[in-house]
Amino acid sequence: MAAYKIYFVVWGALLVLTAVTVAVSYLNLGLWNATVALAIASLKAGLVALYFMHLRHEIKLVLGFAIFPFLILGLILVGTLVDAIYRF
Amino acid sequence: MADHPNTSLPEDRGYLSEHGFRSWALTMDHKRIGVMYIWTTLGFFVVAGILALLLRLKLLVPGPALFSDHTYNVLFTMHGAMMIFLFIIPAIPSALGNFFIPLLIGCRDVAFPRLNLFSYWIFVAGIAVTVGTLAAPMDTGWTFYTPYSAQTSAAVTALSFGLFLIGMSSILTGLNFIVTIHTMRAPGMGWYRMPLFIWAMYATSVIQVLSTPVIGITFLLLAAERVFGIGFFDPAKGGDPLLFQHFFWFYSHPVVYVMILPAMGIVSEVVPVFARKPIFGYKAIAYSALAIALIGFLVWGHHMFVSGMSTVAGVIFSFLTFFVAVPTGMKIFNWIATLYKGSITFESPMLYALSFIFLFIIGGLTGLFLGALATDVHVHDTYFLVAHFHYTMMGGTVMGLFAGLHYWFPKMTGRMFNETWAKSAWWLVVSGFNVTFFPMFILGMQGMPRRYAEYPAKYQALNVVATVGSWFLALGVIIMFANFIKSLRNGPLAPDNPWRGLTLEWQTTSPPPEENFHEIPTVTDWPYGYGSRNEAPRE
Ligand code: HEM
Ligand SMILES: [Cu+2]
Repeated sequence: MAAYKIYFVVWGALLVLTAVTVAVSYLNLGLWNATVALAIASLKAGLVALYFMHLRHEIKLVLGFAIFPFLILGLILVGTLVDAIYRF
Repeated sequence: MADHPNTSLPEDRGYLSEHGFRSWALTMDHKRIGVMYIWTTLGFFVVAGILALLLRLKLLVPGPALFSDHTYNVLFTMHGAMMIFLFIIPAIPSALGNFFIPLLIGCRDVAFPRLNLFSYWIFVAGIAVTVGTLAAPMDTGWTFYTPYSAQTSAAVTALSFGLFLIGMSSILTGLNFIVTIHTMRAPGMGWYRMPLFIWAMYATSVIQVLSTPVIGITFLLLAAERVFGIGFFDPAKGGDPLLFQHFFWFYSHPVVYVMILPAMGIVSEVVPVFARKPIFGYKAIAYSALAIALIGFLVWGHHMFVSGMSTVAGVIFSFLTFFVAVPTGMKIFNWIATLYKGSITFESPMLYALSFIFLFIIGGLTGLFLGALATDVHVHDTYFLVAHFHYTMMGGTVMGLFAGLHYWFPKMTGRMFNETWAKSAWWLVVSGFNVTFFPMFILGMQGMPRRYAEYPAKYQALNVVATVGSWFLALGVIIMFANFIKSLRNGPLAPDNPWRGLTLEWQTTSPPPEENFHEIPTVTDWPYGYGSRNEAPRE
């Protein structure tokens, strides 16, 4: 049973974070509304990837494959912002 | 080849032994799945090609002719979308890649055979939806730019799901290949003993896996805008129409390398075999494939120079675009160095490979004209652009595909095709291609815009030249296919290794047995040791 313990802990954490998201949505934080919601969502996705999808125990190559897309995401953000910010 | 060709049916047809619909539709053999992709993609090449002939026919005259302007718009949309999404993107990776990756790395199948079959069938499902909505009809152009695509009554929403399915197929195939190449190589085959086609397919697969999700999501956003009225791209609702173009080209520029890299891989296999020389600059060719894949992600903005994008972004993207030509140029120099002092013979696969090199130089260099910010303002959305991308896609990718089809036809079918017919077809294809598309460079420089059904009469002469060229091109393609189809039934039986190649697929029978090799080969060297003194003489 002990081996499953970590999954229950992570599950609990996910539930708590969901509750936090709901709770925060009642506060008006202006621009920070989206930021907080996205930050919590990312944290949850990270937990799922690390524990439920076993990324924590994978070899480096697989970890690399998982991290690489974030660089691509960074690229698209930088590229579109260079356009949007400097546009007249 | 033997003087008295033996054309009677051999007892052992290898992986082709089983017959019947189920033996194909439910197969998990990567070779059979590859063959199904070949038929499907070539089928759309023919359909979209016929549409192109109709477009060219209309352009014989400057004024109204044959069909309405709206029909013209529908036809060029269908032509472009089918050629890109149903033919050229899957044609080499999914078709020849599926067939030859396991054979070239010496294993029995891809890593996930069931997933492979699944990829094929969602491709077919995607095709059904896409073709249905295109014919419904659709007149947005293959780029589906907003705001028009968000407002038109054409079935863009349904089309989004069709393209989503096709994209899914592309992602799963790429994933399958990455895992296969990492984990299934024959004993002794280190990374630097892999054939260059494998390096090219690896880089291709990485692009497919990383970029395709972006287009999938873009089309979902477009669908959400159309159905739920969410303002992603509509400025009235706080959206940005240019965001669509950013997303679209973030996929579609990298994807031009999904089209070209596999073709470059084929050229890297064919050139040393027919020059009887070790490939020059193995590592440079291998790593330039990865470099192209990476840099290809940094240049998408060069499609948007005149669309209202910020000047700062324009300057940066123009600058970065020049970098992508560097690894491309490296490959070209390496192929030419391979040819230097080789004992070159000009069989049809080699003719197509050499055509690739020649035509792709023109296509690639004109890409730099377009990538230069100031020049592009002049030639953007003119026929110059149309000429550029046909020189890269038809002159590049399609020539590479034809090289591969001729090179591997004996292995895939167990039969030889008729070389004389193949050569005549090649003459027609290459000369017809140049007569069709070279005038478009001139027309574009003179300012003829693309995507218009009618044009000022002063452009007519060169348009007539282009249209006549398209007939020669079509005739060449017809002869090529007729040659293949006839040889399928009664071509002479192919030897196991007709071109004296050193890659592993030539060590097994033609056609290969169901699990590729009777015994998995052990690799002790790289596959390019051509031209050694004790090489077997040509038959
Ligand atoms: C040296 C490599 C290349 C460079 C520098 C390059 C550059 C460019 C640029 C700057 C444009 C946009 C021009 C404009 O919209 O005004 C363009 C368009 C295009 N290129 Fe290339 N290109 C290269 C190779 C390729 C390859 C290999 C392919 C495909 C196999 C390709 C396919 C296309 C297509 C389809 C378009 C037009 C898309 C459209 O607007 O409908 N290019 N290229
Ligand atoms: Cu591009």
